[in-house]
Amino acid sequence: MTDLALSPNRPLELAERRRFLALRKLAAHRSFKIGLLIVSVLVLAAFIGPWLTGIDPTSMRIRNKFKPPSDQFLMGTDNYGRDVLTRVLYGGQLSLGIGFFVAILSGMAGTIVGVVAGHFRALDAYLMRVMDALLAFPAILVAIGIGAALGPQATSIVIALAVAYVPRTARVVRASTLVIREMEYIEAARVSGASNLRIIVKHILPNCLGPLTVQLTFVFAYAILAEAALSFLGIGPPPPAPSWGNIIAEGRDHAVEAWWIMLFPGIAISLAALGMNLLGDGLRDVLDPRLKIES
Amino acid sequence: MLRIVVIRLIQAIPVLLLIAVMAFILMHLIPGDPAVVIAGADAGPAAVERIRHELGLDRPILEQLLNWLVNLGTGDFGRSLVLNQTVLSAVGERLPVTMSLAMLSLAITLPIGVFLGILAAYFRGSWIDAAVMTLALVGVSVPAFWIGILSVILFSVTLGWFPSAGYAPLLADGPGAWLSSLIQPAFILSLFQIGFLARMTRSGMLDVLDQDFIRTARAKGVSEWRTVGRHAFRNALVGVVTVAGIILSLLIGGSVVIEQVFALPGIGRLVVQAILARDYPLIQGTMLLFGFAFVVINICVDLIYLWVDPRVRYD
Repeated sequence: MTDLALSPNRPLELAERRRFLALRKLAAHRSFKIGLLIVSVLVLAAFIGPWLTGIDPTSMRIRNKFKPPSDQFLMGTDNYGRDVLTRVLYGGQLSLGIGFFVAILSGMAGTIVGVVAGHFRALDAYLMRVMDALLAFPAILVAIGIGAALGPQATSIVIALAVAYVPRTARVVRASTLVIREMEYIEAARVSGASNLRIIVKHILPNCLGPLTVQLTFVFAYAILAEAALSFLGIGPPPPAPSWGNIIAEGRDHAVEAWWIMLFPGIAISLAALGMNLLGDGLRDVLDPRLKIES
Repeated sequence: MLRIVVIRLIQAIPVLLLIAVMAFILMHLIPGDPAVVIAGADAGPAAVERIRHELGLDRPILEQLLNWLVNLGTGDFGRSLVLNQTVLSAVGERLPVTMSLAMLSLAITLPIGVFLGILAAYFRGSWIDAAVMTLALVGVSVPAFWIGILSVILFSVTLGWFPSAGYAPLLADGPGAWLSSLIQPAFILSLFQIGFLARMTRSGMLDVLDQDFIRTARAKGVSEWRTVGRHAFRNALVGVVTVAGIILSLLIGGSVVIEQVFALPGIGRLVVQAILARDYPLIQGTMLLFGFAFVVINICVDLIYLWVDPRVRYD
């Protein structure tokens, strides 16, 4: 009797211990902590900062144009006399938002493609050929093509970058799926009559989550850099609404005499990408599928 | 070896076809009518209709796709609407610029990235490791075009060491002018890849350095230099070759942006100009050629891989 009551609980306990250990490892991981700190500060600054300064990022005061950084304008003003600090804070909402939604979207699409390719072996060759064709282009070129097709809006940039990064996420999910589907407990589940959908949702997906999360933090970092590059090429989110990329693009013409316009958003982009990369490194170390439970 | 090359080429055909179809679909998603663009702003509807008929844009979309694929088969990539050139000659003219930039970048990236990676792995956990990895992390986090603009302000505008923009052809202007026009963009372009490669090389070396045969080599008195340089690195090289294809593809993608910063008349600049001018055949054609180039690069990487690691067999 006691044996029967205990046995179903044991895997659960193991899973919980595993999760607890992973969290504790993360809390002790230095680059994860630094990354988390940088990203949190940037997110807070972008979403709470503008509310504190109370300045409109698009309000122009020509009298104030090209003011270098000072007590009044911490990051100076641009060619229309707009406050660069305010624009960088608001720009963070758009740039971080684009990075976030690109990660979510490419994660979802990549999960579907990857699981289907990994689990239904007949479809694998076809799906992965399409992914190979897509991967044949550098992501930035795919994004340029799709961005040009959909027109210059934030949403089309999100879609373009998400499509560009789908092959990467799909590969990660497919690779995990291929490993997991060979496990004995999948066979056990199938023998006991579980449907494909149930096996995928209950057994395969939860085990893909670790590697996928790691990949998505890197996609987030790439997407922030790519948004900036697309803006620079004139295919990004259009002005006057600020994004980190289009502030630099607009400031480029005045880069020599008013360096502050493009300096600060560039630092913001670098910090955001750095923070996400550090987070990703930490997650990779901890969520590695070979994670062992020490006694 | 020849058999493998043939097999890989045959395997590449469906991928190439897919790329062609994707490029076609992509162009038909772009809003706006190419016929209107060509006819100009003050052309009457009759003129637009005539051009549409000449270009075959009034036929069913499947027929257009088929026509396009057939033309591709005969080596006809179409004609630019704006440049009064065929797509192939427009690309051919600009290819040396992009290739020069990419190859010079690769020549900078490979030795520096590999060296830094080995250094970090060998001095694992020391301040050297930390310094290299911090540098690598900054390299993959800083937007290249931004550093490019800052670098132009410092090295071209303020110090006057390098030209700030433009390309000097190797044959017309000589190697000195060619190099000085490219060294700055090539180095900026390499920063991201150096960081990427150093990280990959480091983790590859760490795996190898833990192996038994390294301990054996040390135990039997092989010099430290030889142990790391020959025994360990040869095995880590397999990883480096795999990454080299990704790096070349990243370099060409990055050159699109860097060519724009330094006003280099390469293929990347051509694509951006084509998009801004709504030059549909040119966008379609260059995208396709890019795709072909990457397929070829990947095949080359596979072959080098085979040569570096004899354990790998493609059957």
